[in-house]
Amino acid sequence: MYLADMSSAIVVRDLRKSYDGVEALRGVSFEVEEGEVFGLLGPNGAGKTTTVEILEGYRRRDAGEVSVLGHDPGEAPRALRERIGVVLQHSETPHSLTVREAHRLFAGYYTHPRDVDEVIELVGLAEKRNARVKTLSGGQKRRLDLGVALVGDPDLVFLDEPTTGFDPAARRSAWEMIRSLRSLGKTILLTTHYLDEAQQLADRVAVIRAGRIVRLGTPAELIGDTRTTEIRFRRDGQLVVVETEDPTRVLHDLTAEALAAGRELEQLEVRRPTLEDVYLELVDDEGTAAE
Amino acid sequence: MTMLLHQLAFEQRTFWRSREAAVFIFVFPLLLYALLGSVYSGEIEGEPAVDVLLAGLFGYGAMNTAFGGLAIILVGRREIGVLKRLRSTPLPPGTYIAAVFVSWLVVFALEAVGLVALGTLAFDASTPANWLGFAGAIVLGVACFAGMGVGAASLIRSAEGVSAVVNVIVLPMAFLSGSFGPTDEYPGFLQAIADVLPLKYFIDVVNGVYLDGESLFADPKALGIVGAWGAAGLAIALRRFSWMPRESR
Repeated sequence: MYLADMSSAIVVRDLRKSYDGVEALRGVSFEVEEGEVFGLLGPNGAGKTTTVEILEGYRRRDAGEVSVLGHDPGEAPRALRERIGVVLQHSETPHSLTVREAHRLFAGYYTHPRDVDEVIELVGLAEKRNARVKTLSGGQKRRLDLGVALVGDPDLVFLDEPTTGFDPAARRSAWEMIRSLRSLGKTILLTTHYLDEAQQLADRVAVIRAGRIVRLGTPAELIGDTRTTEIRFRRDGQLVVVETEDPTRVLHDLTAEALAAGRELEQLEVRRPTLEDVYLELVDDEGTAAE
Repeated sequence: MTMLLHQLAFEQRTFWRSREAAVFIFVFPLLLYALLGSVYSGEIEGEPAVDVLLAGLFGYGAMNTAFGGLAIILVGRREIGVLKRLRSTPLPPGTYIAAVFVSWLVVFALEAVGLVALGTLAFDASTPANWLGFAGAIVLGVACFAGMGVGAASLIRSAEGVSAVVNVIVLPMAFLSGSFGPTDEYPGFLQAIADVLPLKYFIDVVNGVYLDGESLFADPKALGIVGAWGAAGLAIALRRFSWMPRESR
């Protein structure tokens, strides 16, 4: 019955889920291709984690069709669990183990695990391999989560808000790591409420708001969806913002006028909207439209 | 089977490494036996006091280990997401439960050996009259109290509260059931409470095999009550146990 074409790692069709009569997901559909980094982006409470936890097999769906690597995750078959790696938002590894023991523990659950030391190296914990989990910093613990998620050599990795609470340097190194996963050919489903993270890492992004996907595409497409360009400058100290779909002509007029008057367009800026602008606009629009 | 042993090795390592748990769960019954064995002398109900205390503390130890220790560890692991994380690995849930059970069996078997060693070496207590029955009593105790432990873990909401809840259950029950000394002088209503709890009957079974050399199955009523409590705990667990932390259910 699975409608997935062969190259789709994940197929979600009209997924619905309610908690105590409150609809958390109101018909979510998307597909994730093999080898793709797919970002699920949305504010807290939009339904990201519910969606991912259904795909991971933690929650049952009320309606809709779901296929993960050709399996129905609702039945949580072992064959599926052999092939996925999961990094949860809040989960810890038993504190009294060392980094290496934790990796060995998880490696023991899989039929074809990766080499433990290789994985520890990959996530950048080589120097900490004999340190107890409880002595690790927050960032190091997240690396450990990633390491134990990778030790079973999964084809598909779920990353639920992998850098929440990180300082900028730790985020950048986490991003590097996620990019390196991608170059290993892993399919990655990433949830995040950080726009720059989605923009940096994801091949395609689905923006989810109040249980519905409100936009789906590459980051460039999402930005390209809005054709407006913003021109900003200061006149007599006052900020002037011009939004236009015809930037060439408007800019020409503005500069011609200023040149003729012998004035300077102070702090002149011509900018395309970032994903953040698009996102805020989407979330705002939908928010006011829904209420 | 390989995975069971793998998980068992891990369970043992984490148990003995977490010193607070090991002290509270493993050392405490031995310590109490050392204290009480020094205080009581002579006979209790016609048996040497050190023997009766040994059986009583054996019961307390079974409950403290398989009920208290198990509940504390399961709730702790559930609330910090360890159980949830495990559910997404290929480790079968049954294998995990089996490994946890066998691990507590190992801990309590060592506890039992410790109690017997302490009793015979320090207090000149008897050795088990029926060794096989004694071994059976170890398994019975862990099975019953582990069942209750999983049931309790399913009902206890927070990792902060679990130690308190466990102690409020274990210590009074042990006291009422004669783990720490004879209960004949207790008021009737306290004895009546003990009469419906499993620990007293478990201690009776232990007394039977340890002191009188009876078969493990000599007292079907006591066995039945002990088994019923374990089964009740298990039934609660089957309905209410969750692998997910409370906040994310």
